[in-house]
Amino acid sequence: MSLAATAPYGFLSPTGVEIAFLLVGLVTLGAALITVTTRQLVHAALWLVVTLGGLAVEYLLLTAEFIAWVQVLIYVGSVVVLLLFGLMLTRAPIGHSPDADSGNRPAALVVAVGSAGALVWVVTDAFRATWIDLDGPAAGTTGVTGESLFRHWVLPFEALSVLLLAALVGAIVLSRKAKAEQAAGTPSLAKAPGDKEGAR
Amino acid sequence: MNDVLDVALRLVVVFLVFLTLPLVIGQTEHKVMAHMQGRLGPMYAGGFHGWAQLVADGVKFAQKEDVVPAGADRRVFQLAPAVALLPYLLVLLAIPIGPSAGAVGQVLDAGIFFVLAVMGVGVLGSLMAGWASANKFSLLGGLRTAAQLLAYELPMLLAAASVAMAAGTVSLPGIVGAFHWWWLPWQLIGAVVFFVAGLAELQRPPFDMPVADSEIIFGAYTEYTGLRFALFLLAEYAGIVVLCGLTTVLFLGGWHGPWGADGLGWVWTLVKTAILAFLVIWLRVTYPRLREDQLQKLSWTLLVPLALAQIALTGVVKVVTA
Repeated sequence: MSLAATAPYGFLSPTGVEIAFLLVGLVTLGAALITVTTRQLVHAALWLVVTLGGLAVEYLLLTAEFIAWVQVLIYVGSVVVLLLFGLMLTRAPIGHSPDADSGNRPAALVVAVGSAGALVWVVTDAFRATWIDLDGPAAGTTGVTGESLFRHWVLPFEALSVLLLAALVGAIVLSRKAKAEQAAGTPSLAKAPGDKEGAR
Repeated sequence: MNDVLDVALRLVVVFLVFLTLPLVIGQTEHKVMAHMQGRLGPMYAGGFHGWAQLVADGVKFAQKEDVVPAGADRRVFQLAPAVALLPYLLVLLAIPIGPSAGAVGQVLDAGIFFVLAVMGVGVLGSLMAGWASANKFSLLGGLRTAAQLLAYELPMLLAAASVAMAAGTVSLPGIVGAFHWWWLPWQLIGAVVFFVAGLAELQRPPFDMPVADSEIIFGAYTEYTGLRFALFLLAEYAGIVVLCGLTTVLFLGGWHGPWGADGLGWVWTLVKTAILAFLVIWLRVTYPRLREDQLQKLSWTLLVPLALAQIALTGVVKVVTA
């Protein structure tokens, strides 16, 4: 991973890969902006596919092949399909969805800019001096990724899996609760919103 | 310059395979179904054995008007067939048919993840078609497609993970290279789970609830006509090629065979793929359609536990023999 900076590197030396990286990055950013600004719900989900696909291409350009394919497998193949499933099941009109605007636009903008700023700052601060040698042996193959994951990052990995397990159990408990209440008789529609959230 | 030529040649060959093999499967399906069900229609066109049926179908599709419903979302509707078809072309690039370096379009380090990821993208085409058609039957078809993909992606991945564990690599040529004949009984459960889950992902009978023509009139494809509809059909046949090829490569030892594996390995791959494709067609004519809840139940209560058991078995054998 951390190939020592022996050769003099410059930011944005115009090699083909770096130009491609920048261009794909611009496309990804554009697709992301459309995702959050379009007024058609399903279009937002489809632009999200473009965004996530663009990210996968960026991983590929950084030689992280394994990460790229997993990105496509998990996000495009499962998360977006789940999202589309949810949209089709509830409400997905063709054309504009005027009722889909919660009016939180300024607050969302502040949060988005804040978190983006924090992420960019942390990442540039941490990896400013780390260089990937694109001409050398691939630095992101499955073997290398697996070794670093299970040698240096085992604890975070396990903590994350416990977190996911907790979320799984929580989802089961919530859906069972909603079902039990329905079975107990008159499912009170008055307090449906909260319950419905749980049932999903 | 030689490299460029090499890459171009590989792409052309893969593209040709992509154009011909699905059509061969389509023609075989016509004939096999005609024989098994005593159908006379597909045996008539062109004279001997109805050889021209496929050509006639092609001409028919090309002549039909390309209709986009007035209420549909035009761009998504027109884009959907391409999204459904192209992923299979990409997958074909990564499937090795022979042991030499020239017998695979492109060797990928994480090939198994690549093929599974890209196959999942193909289903997005059906979802887009189902939503953009502005038709209730299409929307139902899209919903069922999504539910089916979510249910069957997991057992498929787990079964593939088992064989990757057994081989100790995630590259497709590497997996076939590590194959021994006793993997057949060892990975049998995984193979069955993989094949069945793949059938479900392709929405082939008996898992064709999303396109059930007798109740929701071909689901997501209800509003499609002419060439765009033909593209969806082609995607289905390309999907059969890809699924059978992958099952061959992962579980049946690809180019390995009892004899002649040195020079004629690719023949073994093709023969095994063809036998599996015949099996897919045979299943279509023999089995009734599974109901939606039976579909979900089969995946979550049978295939997922079986796949997990296979992974446990693989792990135990791997540790004991290591």
